[in-house]
Amino acid sequence: MPVLSYIEAISKGMWEEMERDESVFLLGEDIGTYGGAFKATKGFLEKFGEKRVIDTVIAESAIVGAAIGAALAGLKPIAEMQFADFVTNAFTQLVNNAAKTYFRWNIPLPIVVRLPSGGKIHGGPFHSLNPEAWFFHVPGLKIVAPATPYDAKGLIKAAIRDPNPVLYIEHKYLYRNIKGEVPDLDYVLPIGSADVKRSGVDLTVITYGSMLHWSLKAADRLYAEIGAETEIVDLRSLIPLDKDTIFKSVKKTGKALIVHEDTVTGGIGAEISALITENIFEYLDAPIMRVAALDTPVPYSPPLENYFLPDENKIFNALKKLNEY
Amino acid sequence: MKTSSIYLQNLTDEDFIKLYYFMNLMRQFENSVLNLYRQGKIVGGVYSGMGNEATAIGSAYALISTDYLFPMHRDSGAHFVKGQNLRTMMLQYLGKADSPTKGRDGSGHYADPKLRIYGNISHLGAMIPVAAGVALAIKYKNENNVVLNYIGEGGSNVGDFHEALAFASVLKLPLVLIIENNQYAYSTPVYKQTIARQFSDRAIGYGIPGVTIDGTDVLEVYSVCKEAIERARRGEGPSIIESVTMRMQGHAAYDDAWYVPKAELEKWREKDPIEKFEKLLLDKNILNESLKKEILVKIKSEIEDAVNFATNAPDPSPTENLFKVFMEIN
Repeated sequence: MPVLSYIEAISKGMWEEMERDESVFLLGEDIGTYGGAFKATKGFLEKFGEKRVIDTVIAESAIVGAAIGAALAGLKPIAEMQFADFVTNAFTQLVNNAAKTYFRWNIPLPIVVRLPSGGKIHGGPFHSLNPEAWFFHVPGLKIVAPATPYDAKGLIKAAIRDPNPVLYIEHKYLYRNIKGEVPDLDYVLPIGSADVKRSGVDLTVITYGSMLHWSLKAADRLYAEIGAETEIVDLRSLIPLDKDTIFKSVKKTGKALIVHEDTVTGGIGAEISALITENIFEYLDAPIMRVAALDTPVPYSPPLENYFLPDENKIFNALKKLNEY
Repeated sequence: MKTSSIYLQNLTDEDFIKLYYFMNLMRQFENSVLNLYRQGKIVGGVYSGMGNEATAIGSAYALISTDYLFPMHRDSGAHFVKGQNLRTMMLQYLGKADSPTKGRDGSGHYADPKLRIYGNISHLGAMIPVAAGVALAIKYKNENNVVLNYIGEGGSNVGDFHEALAFASVLKLPLVLIIENNQYAYSTPVYKQTIARQFSDRAIGYGIPGVTIDGTDVLEVYSVCKEAIERARRGEGPSIIESVTMRMQGHAAYDDAWYVPKAELEKWREKDPIEKFEKLLLDKNILNESLKKEILVKIKSEIEDAVNFATNAPDPSPTENLFKVFMEIN
């Protein structure tokens, strides 16, 4: 089976969908001639032409707004934000136009907004954002956040085919650091379905995106050092959230640790924690714990950024504490 | 854009009468909406287009049926020109179960994909990039339709206005944007919105045509819009038309517009777009008193029918089906 990097898997998924459906097209900054800031769309202009690979002006609100309009007129746009941080410029288009369209008008709005997100690339406060919590709160936007090349391809294809607006959160650190087997097949993963990436009976980690990989390492270490088996639920989709898979795992282990790279307060973890206590409180043997970034902007200098971000050690320590509870 | 008079030559007497009908329909529709608001039957905000009839009607009349209309909140008449019926509009304004939005949104905030009408949201300017996106799709599909969108002079300061024009001009999209300069953005007069000579000058920054016209003259509005629309249809890109009018009422029904000098209103009242057009039609013998009466009676009965129909229509009830935010995947 071919081994692809995470970014190659995203590209492959878009490429296949563009080959399969004439109405799928790309728009964004520097995505055509230059091939994208991270080269996710390298070679697309040559293959699909200027009509379907549109280099736009630097205007994120116009990019997302135009994607919405194109979708209203029957196309399936994929809009790239060069960095997830810049999606703030398109906030109204997403939360007021895209998110409210189906509710108000009952018509499809098949747009994908790609959001290269996350830290550990030393991008500083304006190139390292994890934007999910802002949009997680907005009814009407689907959010996916794959962690592996296999999931990345299957979910970008699902996002493109979905009749609703989908925010596709792709982690920049994973782009070239994570490789994996990706079948050369037309497969689509369901949005809203989590995946158990490691099974265990003693503790549950609920995570997504880059933190899956640090959680897996921490879980292996916990087993090697203490012998406790951690189950790891990779959410893959944040909206809709696969509550059943979360509850099933926590019912089994009685202990839940939520790990995300985004800052802690008001993050995805807070909602998951509330859902667990509201629904399956009687199964818990310990308080729900969270490992997440500090409540500050993302710092630039590597020692500061490392201190700020969750990592294998922080997850390991939390698991150890939770295991001892 | 100075060849527009040729488009006037193509208008028949029947067209003139239709324009007159739609302008009166718009005003009477809005009067009935205001009455329903005062009776507590329409809730929220009610926004008047009084003074804007020539702009809303003349511009929309320049579209063909496959073109797209993105109206603003003072363009109610444009919906009718594009084919919307009074009963549906009244259901929508009353938030009824069978309205296009099934009560989930009010006023002109609905979409009618068949008629290609896409209502505004309350964030000014937010529909301009969306209109540009529809124009992009038109070009993508090699169609020759055009998108007509509106914004106020106040709304032309919002970032989306500039982003959308930068986007649409570079890609030469078939978009026509009318800036309805009605002198006041809520309470803020024009001189606090720009120090530019005129709002149409904004076109210079995007390398596209921009003209300023008398927005109380329905024939001028029609012919200039027609020219811009046909230019866009030929693939020559977007343009801006600043249509100068007066907002004859407050920002919304609850606003008595005390901040507008009486003398200013009086001056504009003399340029009432409907009276002005009516005088022209009477002078040209296209209209006479009996035809005028016939038209106004027709409008009155159409509106009465719509009000009766819509006020007696069922209100929505909060069923699960009305609270879906996602379309289900088949």
